[in-house]
Amino acid sequence: MPLKIRLKCSAVLLVSVLFFSGSFHKLNAQAEAVPADADVIAAGEKLFRQNCAACHRIQEKLIGPGLANVYDRRDIAWIQAFVKNSQKVIQSGDPYAVDMFEEYNQIVMPPVDFSDEEILSILAYIKDQTDKLPQAAVTIEEAVDTGAAAEQGLFTGYMNYILAGLIITLILMIVVLVMISSVMQKFLRTRSDLDEADREIIAQRFNLLALLQSRAFIGIVAFVFTAIAFKTVIDQLYEIGVQQGYAPEQPIAFSHKVHAGQYEIDCNYCHTGVMKSKNANIPSPNICMNCHSSITEGVNTGTKEISKIYAAIEENRPIEWVRVHNLPDFAYFNHSQHVNVGKVECATCHGPVEEMEVVRQYSLLTMGWCVDCHRTTKVNTKDNAYYDKLVEFHNSPELMTVESIGGLECAKCHY
Amino acid sequence: MNKIKKRYWKGIEEFTNDPEFVKHADKEFPEYLPVGNDEGGSSRRDFLKLMGFGVAAASLAACEAPVRKAIPYLNKPDTVDPGIPNYYASTYLQGGDYCSIVVKTREGRPIKIEGNKLSKVTMGGTSAEVQASVLTLYDKERLDGPRKEGNAISWDDLDKEITEQLVSVLSVGGQIRIITNTMLSPATLRIFEDFKEKYPGTNVVTYDPASSAGMLQANEANFGMRVLPSYDFSNAMTIVSLSADFLGTWISPTEFTKLYNKTRKINSKNNKMSRHYQFESNLSLTGANADYRSPVKPSDEGDVVIGLYNLIASKAGESTISGGKSDFRYLKKAANDLWSNKVKSLVVSGSNDPAVQTIVNGINSMLGNYGSTISFNRHANFRQGDDRAMNGFIDDVKGGKIDAVIFYNCNPVYNHPRGAELSEALKGARITVTTSDRMDETASSVTYVAPDHHFLESWNDAEPKKGYFSLSQPTISPLFNSRQAQESFMAWAGNEGNYFNYLKEFWRINMYKESAAFGFQYFWDKSLQDGIYESENVEENSEPPQNIDAQAAAATVAQNYKGDNGLELVLYYKVAIGDGTQANNPWLQEMPDTITKAVWDNYVTISQSDARELGITSELGFTNMVNLTIDGRTAKLPVIIQPGQAKGTLGLALGYGRTKAGKVADGVGFDATPWIKSLNDNAYYAVTSGVQLEVTGEMYQVAQTQTHETFMGRDNVLQEATLKEYQKNPSAGRWHPRITTWMNEEKSLTPGEVTLWKGHKYPDHHWGLMIDLNSCTGCSACTIACQAENNVPVVGREEVVNRREMHWIRIDRYYSSDASLDNLSGLEVASENPEITFQPLMCQHCNNAPCETVCPVAATTHSSEGLNMMTYNRCIGTRYCANNCPYKVRRFNWFKYHDNKQFDKNLSMNNDLGKMVLNPDVTVRSRGVMEKCTLCVQRIQAGKLAAKIEHRTTTDDDIDTACASACPADALVFGDMNNPESNISKMLKIKEYEGDGTIHKTMEEERAFTMLEDVGTRPNVTYLTKIRNKDREESNA
Repeated sequence: MPLKIRLKCSAVLLVSVLFFSGSFHKLNAQAEAVPADADVIAAGEKLFRQNCAACHRIQEKLIGPGLANVYDRRDIAWIQAFVKNSQKVIQSGDPYAVDMFEEYNQIVMPPVDFSDEEILSILAYIKDQTDKLPQAAVTIEEAVDTGAAAEQGLFTGYMNYILAGLIITLILMIVVLVMISSVMQKFLRTRSDLDEADREIIAQRFNLLALLQSRAFIGIVAFVFTAIAFKTVIDQLYEIGVQQGYAPEQPIAFSHKVHAGQYEIDCNYCHTGVMKSKNANIPSPNICMNCHSSITEGVNTGTKEISKIYAAIEENRPIEWVRVHNLPDFAYFNHSQHVNVGKVECATCHGPVEEMEVVRQYSLLTMGWCVDCHRTTKVNTKDNAYYDKLVEFHNSPELMTVESIGGLECAKCHY
Repeated sequence: MNKIKKRYWKGIEEFTNDPEFVKHADKEFPEYLPVGNDEGGSSRRDFLKLMGFGVAAASLAACEAPVRKAIPYLNKPDTVDPGIPNYYASTYLQGGDYCSIVVKTREGRPIKIEGNKLSKVTMGGTSAEVQASVLTLYDKERLDGPRKEGNAISWDDLDKEITEQLVSVLSVGGQIRIITNTMLSPATLRIFEDFKEKYPGTNVVTYDPASSAGMLQANEANFGMRVLPSYDFSNAMTIVSLSADFLGTWISPTEFTKLYNKTRKINSKNNKMSRHYQFESNLSLTGANADYRSPVKPSDEGDVVIGLYNLIASKAGESTISGGKSDFRYLKKAANDLWSNKVKSLVVSGSNDPAVQTIVNGINSMLGNYGSTISFNRHANFRQGDDRAMNGFIDDVKGGKIDAVIFYNCNPVYNHPRGAELSEALKGARITVTTSDRMDETASSVTYVAPDHHFLESWNDAEPKKGYFSLSQPTISPLFNSRQAQESFMAWAGNEGNYFNYLKEFWRINMYKESAAFGFQYFWDKSLQDGIYESENVEENSEPPQNIDAQAAAATVAQNYKGDNGLELVLYYKVAIGDGTQANNPWLQEMPDTITKAVWDNYVTISQSDARELGITSELGFTNMVNLTIDGRTAKLPVIIQPGQAKGTLGLALGYGRTKAGKVADGVGFDATPWIKSLNDNAYYAVTSGVQLEVTGEMYQVAQTQTHETFMGRDNVLQEATLKEYQKNPSAGRWHPRITTWMNEEKSLTPGEVTLWKGHKYPDHHWGLMIDLNSCTGCSACTIACQAENNVPVVGREEVVNRREMHWIRIDRYYSSDASLDNLSGLEVASENPEITFQPLMCQHCNNAPCETVCPVAATTHSSEGLNMMTYNRCIGTRYCANNCPYKVRRFNWFKYHDNKQFDKNLSMNNDLGKMVLNPDVTVRSRGVMEKCTLCVQRIQAGKLAAKIEHRTTTDDDIDTACASACPADALVFGDMNNPESNISKMLKIKEYEGDGTIHKTMEEERAFTMLEDVGTRPNVTYLTKIRNKDREESNA
């Protein structure tokens, strides 16, 4: 119980979307103060995704208000003060802040240790997004439409039609051939000027049983059967322990499609270990509660699934998730090496998680799969002094793959 | 080829070419078949059955992979991240033993202990017992809650009953005693004071199983201070030890090993080293490291010490004292050296007799060592036990004078010589309580057990030396329903609150005054983070006034030290088992004894000449058992014939024969505690008269690892020189093999230059390990550290007898004859008092590794960083690699040691609790695969990753192997030989040169050698020659 209260308190509060036309004029000039530099916007986007996106959208309300035009609504100094320590602003009695605090269920926006420049860069990103709002929506929609249509036509409809057409043609040809053959036979039987040999051929009947009992046929069938069985066994043996596509049912029907897809929450926000630890970490309920202290109803299942988080906290009973990605004990894998040092995208191995309602194992996770990637991947040596010596040894970072610096050695993963 | 200067051997059986030894000498494995099969081989039917089962199992496995759960924290602490270790500074306290430590925890479980380098007392060193203590935490034999008469009881009821009875004792003015081993914790002492305030009839009685009461009494009489001084071995150029095992078990061995070795590290810049004399009966670890060792009988101890006193006195012009002899071997030489190194010398004695200690004080005083190598300014608190008080207490209990007894974490029923008496007498006391963590011998003799936490679950503080404080902090939530003993005392005294707050408040009042600048919280946090707080301004009082009456002491000595010319028994503590407190720890039970290399037993050690006279024979690993009778108590004991044992003496280790420690320790060895004698009312660890020994026809094999891996006659595995030789020629003792090919001049090539292999390129790192044979004392802390770090299994006594021990790092102990090579008859006799060399041996990570070339499945391969890698999941168990390894460092998993009831003593792998100690970064190996030292590749990878994340190159601080970081002597140095800034590169003086298109390395350090250089394996592990500070001519005398 106390945990819940504390989590509630630490959840996030946001700037309002209320239109303050009164202050609009005087603040309008501020928009110019927000930088429009592409680099700054990119930096701002990164910060926004990591720190703000869990509670804020550009347009719609989430836990906190949408942030479109916020730089027009409020004074930049005010925004900076509020982001750094919202409670201080509220406690100072600022009417705007107090109203907003009340409107958003008194959810506290946790203080963030940003510099003024960082906050400006976030604003730059917000401004960039605000400016793009109408167009952006249209382009995305179109892209999705055409893309989907093309995919549909090429891979399912078109190919199926061709195949069906071919099959029908072939069946028709067989029917026609059989018909021709029987007409010819009938015609020949009526003829009387044939010699003995030709008559025998015409009188001959097709003997299926004899064919089936022939040595050659049995031999061929046996061979084919053995070959198929052998191939199947070998294939199956290779798949022992391979769980590609494994999508177990989880104790809570958590949807990555909603969280990572629809709300675009950064993977790193919940999987906190991914940059520093071997484990990416499954988030503990206190991370869930950052948002779910105020979002009590979900898109797909209403309160049913979300209430399981509350139950777990109330009953002080940890949630037993089912591991989707399992490596054998003798294989060592470290997320931070790949994500932090190597700058590998999560999706490279985990696939389009943002489209998965239930998470499934996207990749093979076999040693061959690891090794293939290590053979072809260039080492990310940029700005990393650790690799200087190796870059020198290879004459150029272009020639330096993971394999060439020992990435295929046994004891890199097995110890 | 240079002739080897010495003959080395590992055991008598090797020297005498015992058939058992010869049979096994050049075999890697003792038998051809892995398991003795009672049925005599498997039939075709068995094979088919197995096949069928195998296919079924495989198809089952294919159908459904087991569902594995991932359970995150409910509320993840900010500072704990799964997969990332957390380190907490803490303190190891066990009786009077102390070590400042750093505990590595993973996901909230302590899994490894490292030394705390910030401590000025232990200076980052550890011991085998400290390293192993993390496994004791997960011992299932610990009590899961309080007990009354062996039955479970709630804490509330326990407190209620105990308090009621204590109050009723108080109301009649009854006597209460708290019994404890040396109490280093000042806060706990204050809690005892609080308890006394509530119950005025309380007295605290302190005793130690390994008592130094005699020294305390002597110091009280001589200096007016009932304390042990600080010994600065690092400042002593001549060290004379009279049976003090200061590197193994005496007072503070980790600290002394650190200090002692500062005088033993020599290189071209500093080519001086201390000289160490040892006079003792048993061959101790310290004696094994001495430059000159002289075996003496315990009954001669008095003569030795008086003899030395008189030799020094006559040089100093002081009056001599009566008695003593000076004709003990090396005694005069020792006296001369002491005198010429006046002020920079040190004489220590392990005796518990105040008279002997008084004379030793007199010697040190004449040498001017007080204020130089011995200091009372920061005196030690290690051994405060008072034997007389303890004897008085036992008498009082017997006399019915004591109403209540509370034992604080001590086990006198087992480890006090009058334990049996005490156990009987306790029945007469109205209330008896102990805080033992298990139902041990004492807990079984008392009414109430209020189990204390393990030290890794506890808050505590310690003051090992005056002004040097340290803190313990919990590194895991209590595993059982135990309670911090201090809180029990607080509860019984009616004080509210918990010990943490009490401790913090105690520190606020007593320790916190000097650093007011940042406030108390800062001071506390800093002390807790560092694990230590060392007050700077201990008043530098000049050394205390001396009042040494050596003459009176000599008179008592003359009375007491008389033998009956029969055999004399010397009782001693082993480095691993100590007083037996941690006897239920299988890592310690299976740690080969530092000298005998025996495991899972104690035994009588006897000199060769005595064995010959008595007709004790040793054949095929079996030795006659003996019936030893003392005071009418007879025991049948195994025997080990021990070179270096003083003639006429027997040795027997204490700490064994536990009956109620748990399934690992119970019934292992024999309990010799009742044979501890009394001298001047103090415990006396020798029996000098009335020892009867009868040889039986029964033969017994003590499991010893000493000859399991032999060097097969290649004596150059060890290279040594004397100091004088070294000073003349820094590469003295080195063996430089040279070979000849048809195209080169005679003997112009080193073996490494002619090779079939192309060599390896090491573009990034080149890991290497350097081992200074001169520093290694053989203490075996590395063996246990490696076992903890690398999930090495315990195999048990039977399997050690079968030569299947699994340790990745072993310490080879070699005897070498002190006879000269010309003295052929001398060489034929295994020396009665041989020189000893210790050599740690692990995988040598050869550049041209013989194991790699013979593996049919490429399961062992070479890395681009110089490591010889072992891939368990690829290994099919042909064991070719082990057969081809000239160093014999590969270990085969003959059995599945985990989850196997037959190996239930392997606690770390056979129950849920024990498994918590496993290092999650290291695979637990299964049956049928080979394993060996990996040079802690998991630590290398972690260190590299840390550097990569921080975008920098690695340094020495990032990576250290478990063995090197555990070593109290800094004998092992690990590092990157490609990095010119690393310690190892500097110490080996590595130079690079180009040739044949690749970069070659040479080591310019003259003492450096690789093992079996002539074989051409080119290891990445390098040794430095052993240097003895010995005058060679005398060694032939």
